Amino acid sequence: MIPKEPRPKLPEDIQAPPVPPEALQGDKAGSAGEANPPIYVLRLYVANHTPKSVAALANLKVICEEHLAGRYQLEVIDLLENPQLARSDQILAIPTLVLELPLPMRKIIGDLSNTERVLVGLDLLSK
Amino acid sequence: MEKSRKQLLKTPTGIRGLDEITGGGLPQGRPTLICGGAGCGKTLLAMEFLVRGVTQYDEPGVFMAFEETAEDLTENVISLGFDLKDLVARKKIVLDYVYLDPGVMVESGDYDLEGLFIRLGEAIDSIGAKRVVLDTIEALFSSLANQNILRAELRRLFRWLKDKGVTAIITGERGEASLTRQGLEEYVSDCVIFLDHRVVEQISSRRLRVIKYRGSTHGTNEYPFLIDEDGFSVLPVTSLGLQQIATSERISTGVPRLDAMLGGEGFFRGSTVLVSGTAGTGKTSLAVIFAVAACMRGERALFFTFEESPSQIMRNMRSIGIDLEPWVQKGLLEFHANRPSFAGFEMHIATISKAIKAFHPQVVVFDPLTSFFIGDNENEIKAMVMRLIDLLIMNKCTALFTSLILSGSTPEHSQVHVASLIDTWLSLRDIEFGGERNRGIYVLKSRGMAHSNQIREFLLTDHGVELRDVYVGPSGVLTGSARLVQEAQEKAATMLHNQEGERRQIELERKRTTLEAQIATLRAEFAVQEIASIRMVGQELAEDNQLAQERVDMGFSRQADATQNHQKEGLS
Repeated sequence: MIPKEPRPKLPEDIQAPPVPPEALQGDKAGSAGEANPPIYVLRLYVANHTPKSVAALANLKVICEEHLAGRYQLEVIDLLENPQLARSDQILAIPTLVLELPLPMRKIIGDLSNTERVLVGLDLLSK
Repeated sequence: MEKSRKQLLKTPTGIRGLDEITGGGLPQGRPTLICGGAGCGKTLLAMEFLVRGVTQYDEPGVFMAFEETAEDLTENVISLGFDLKDLVARKKIVLDYVYLDPGVMVESGDYDLEGLFIRLGEAIDSIGAKRVVLDTIEALFSSLANQNILRAELRRLFRWLKDKGVTAIITGERGEASLTRQGLEEYVSDCVIFLDHRVVEQISSRRLRVIKYRGSTHGTNEYPFLIDEDGFSVLPVTSLGLQQIATSERISTGVPRLDAMLGGEGFFRGSTVLVSGTAGTGKTSLAVIFAVAACMRGERALFFTFEESPSQIMRNMRSIGIDLEPWVQKGLLEFHANRPSFAGFEMHIATISKAIKAFHPQVVVFDPLTSFFIGDNENEIKAMVMRLIDLLIMNKCTALFTSLILSGSTPEHSQVHVASLIDTWLSLRDIEFGGERNRGIYVLKSRGMAHSNQIREFLLTDHGVELRDVYVGPSGVLTGSARLVQEAQEKAATMLHNQEGERRQIELERKRTTLEAQIATLRAEFAVQEIASIRMVGQELAEDNQLAQERVDMGFSRQADATQNHQKEGLS
């Protein structure tokens, strides 16, 4: 129902440079100094490019670059393109950020403007 | 406002009774709120709405569950005969379980529920659904912290559902001060149905009420409903107007002389008969005979017994020469035995209603009706009986109720609350006289027919029921052996009377014989005299002739003339 052409920022554009898991294994980007810092696999569910979705993506990018630089994977899913995923992935709210790994799986809903809450959700606050 | 024309369109639920109350179903293309306490049947009502939509109206549906998983739901309704697995496989129903776990959900900033919309929209479009159920959407309130967003989104959701043109059911838990905990009635205001599950005097009953139905008339009462192996059924029987068409067809009571008392032909078909009497006056026997008479006509009879088991009745009836076994085997007679206390009267009416719908009887017997009268509330009892009678009338059954009355009270008093609902009322009573207790029967009332005003003696013999005339004389009403004595006396008197007549007849005959003999004798005597007389007359005549001849001869000799002769003759 919404035309697909006007995309101000494609999700791919914002996506962090893909880091191969092998590379992450090797302690290269670990600022915390741990031997094996966990890889963060994140998925952001949006519905087209509503202001909230765009804001969420921008906020997420900032947070990830700041706290998880080089050790995260982010996939952006547009539910309007794949509506069946809403059911299979149990998505209600938009935007929803799903933390697939490390376990346990967690969901953060909202435009991620409250950084502290996001960090709580990602279990990064203590670090 | 272009929707206002649509308000009259309704989507039938397919649920027994509900469509009658709502005048055709739920508002089409609009959401309906169903609220009630825990365990009152909200989910089931909603599920049946969907399943009936598929099976009866070919309208696919989406069930979005917030509390139970799809597996649980499927299992739960198998017992009601709904095969959700099959319906899901045939793409007639989509079951979507929305998993809510506040423990893994963190909120950060602004959001909306577009995901839910996309999800629901996808489900609706995938099967072309016309019906949607959201069960129980209020669960969202406990998992999402930002209530402002949630309320705004719910408002948007219900508007969106309307725009989609789906008929939706939204269930909601009953709240303390409002109909639902979260005040959903503010958002869904076209139709609100309230379910209630209450326990009164240890007997539970479920009730349904249409609180609101915009743009439509609806029954406003509380209607009892039932959840059983066939799903939901609401009993709107009190909504029946008094519009039934009365037939003038008559059916036999099974006792010829009782038929005779009722204008010669028995009860009206489709009427309601009450047989009241004190303990042991033969109410059940009369009821059984009525049922058997129906079986003999090839009709089906349904017998509800609330105090005896079917086998007990069968055994007892054998003692008066009635064998029920063949009728049961032929499928013309069916027994339903239940203790009255096993459920509320509503539940009984519901089971009765189901049994009637399944068996299609022409004749229904309730033995005894009084078992239900546990409470003291006459109005309530009357309302219940009225509902039962309406149900029977609707199904064109001739109903016979037996009713136990306490000895010492007159039947008119003890049954005052149902009396006005009854068409024909037979009263059985015991008559105590001369150290005996005998049964009497009379027709207390019978609408629309000339009926006997006499008391008959009611005899239970080894070949059924017999009615006898009671003796009414200077010494009062005589029954039993007193009647037999009276009959014997009358018989003796008659015999005596007959003998007297015969004797008189013989006497008369004898008199006639005697008289006739006398007449014969007299006749014979007379005949003899007659002959003698005739002979004498002849002799005298001959002598006279002789004399005259002699005179003529003498005259000749004296030479006298004939005249002188004649004068002499006259002088001599």
